[in-house]
Amino acid sequence: MGITLTLIPIISIISTVVIKGYKGLHPTLLFKDMALASVNDPIANGGLLHALVGTVIMVFGALLISFPIGVLTALYLTEIKGKFSRPIKFLVQAMSGVPSIVAGLFILSSLVYPITKQLSGLMGSFALSILMIPTIARTAEEMLRLIPNDLREAGVALGSTQWKTVSSVVLPAAKSGLVTAVILGVARIIGETAPLLLVSGGGDSLNLNPTQGAMGSLPYYIWKAFLTGGTDEAFARAWGGMLVLLIFIFILFGLARFLSRSKVN
Amino acid sequence: MNTSEVGKQMQGKNTLADIALSRASNNAKGNVIAKDMEAVGIHAWFGKKHVLADVNLNFPAGSVTALIGPSGCGKSTFIRTLNRMHEFIPTAALAGQVMLDGKDIYEAGTDVTKIRLKVGMVFQKPNPFPSMTIGENVLSGLKLAQLKKNNTDELLESCLVRAGLWNEVKDRLNEHGGSLSGGQQQRLCIARALAVEPEVLLMDEPCSALDPGSTLRIEDTISELSQSMTIVIVTHNMQQAARVSDYTAFFLSDGGPGIMVETGETGKIFSAPTDKRTEDYVTGRFG
Repeated sequence: MGITLTLIPIISIISTVVIKGYKGLHPTLLFKDMALASVNDPIANGGLLHALVGTVIMVFGALLISFPIGVLTALYLTEIKGKFSRPIKFLVQAMSGVPSIVAGLFILSSLVYPITKQLSGLMGSFALSILMIPTIARTAEEMLRLIPNDLREAGVALGSTQWKTVSSVVLPAAKSGLVTAVILGVARIIGETAPLLLVSGGGDSLNLNPTQGAMGSLPYYIWKAFLTGGTDEAFARAWGGMLVLLIFIFILFGLARFLSRSKVN
Repeated sequence: MNTSEVGKQMQGKNTLADIALSRASNNAKGNVIAKDMEAVGIHAWFGKKHVLADVNLNFPAGSVTALIGPSGCGKSTFIRTLNRMHEFIPTAALAGQVMLDGKDIYEAGTDVTKIRLKVGMVFQKPNPFPSMTIGENVLSGLKLAQLKKNNTDELLESCLVRAGLWNEVKDRLNEHGGSLSGGQQQRLCIARALAVEPEVLLMDEPCSALDPGSTLRIEDTISELSQSMTIVIVTHNMQQAARVSDYTAFFLSDGGPGIMVETGETGKIFSAPTDKRTEDYVTGRFG
């Protein structure tokens, strides 16, 4: 019963996306951008290269920012247990409830307007990392708590310092858990649209420079095709974008699972 | 002396005292590089709870001392004060001195990591590092304490030989420690403790999670190690105390802080204890 209730929506979502998105696929979809095409053009014109690359760059950038901060936060909570543990824990919990549009507005008002004065992929990464840090910090904290205290004691009893024990024993033992933290963090942000509308915009041409100019993303591409187009081609594009996003997520998760397994064995 | 000999002797001699006395008479010490250790006036607290009161105990170089007593009497707490692992627990406090080779390990300015290199420890539950192979586990102390060593292959072999594990793992040094049985894992942990060449080895109920066969293997190992180092072992198993130790100290708590009731040569503690409570405990009237 429970399984059916869970499976029906999942199967329904996947099958809808596959059936409708299938029409949006064409041979050069992944190799062309929309610089010379409008969303209402025939499907074979243009593609979503710019959006896919933009998503990869921004998510990777957000990961580079969030992973160290998130893991260090988790280490502070589990290993150092300093006197700021409680306020930090509270802050992390509060942060994980921040609506994504607020994260976008925060970056917009604190960085884009006063400093860079332009939309860019980097700003997108910053906004996404506000959403990603609490997810990584909380997951990493739980994973580190699963590491038995025996191992920490064994390390320290061998004449190691606490930091050396953490870096050589605790973190390697938690490797697969940290990979899980990364997966959940990426899953949290990869479909985010609202903050990107505000801070990275979404050009139609490929932009490889995260520090300058609008950068496309898959959610933005889908949103734009739905909103600005009115033809069957535009809808097919949007569904095609969704299918690519879904496949992209599957590949990412498969890779993460593979990595976490090969590291353990 | 190895355990099979003990076993033979046990056939004719049944009491703990007999086992212990026969061990003492057979025990010829080799070259001892071990160091004396002495606990002076040890008190320990967890928060406001006073768990150990005024324990004075001497561990002669190259001897095996067993700490026995019922659960909750503070013997594990006490053994952890000997390499300053006690302070690893938040809220733990301590008074007293632990003299290692004439110097107090609690003296201000002492580098605690150096102390733990000299005073190794084996824990109740086998705890090999899961992310490392068998070989890496043995040598992990060098990496963790950032020691430089040449001939790590030799060291690896000698530690595993001394821990009585070499023959079982020599062909699978690159496998993970988790693939070993519980008893093998515990001997791996002993090998790991040996690699940093401690002068004293503390063992906190090293056999309590193991089957009888593995227990005997570990006892063999202890007998061999006692040729070269000072060993302190906490055990719930009085037979084990009788089999492996030269000296025994009996701990007891009557609801208040734990105290050390009596100490002496193991044969004497099991045959003619001076304190009535020790006698009741070793004869199995309580505990």
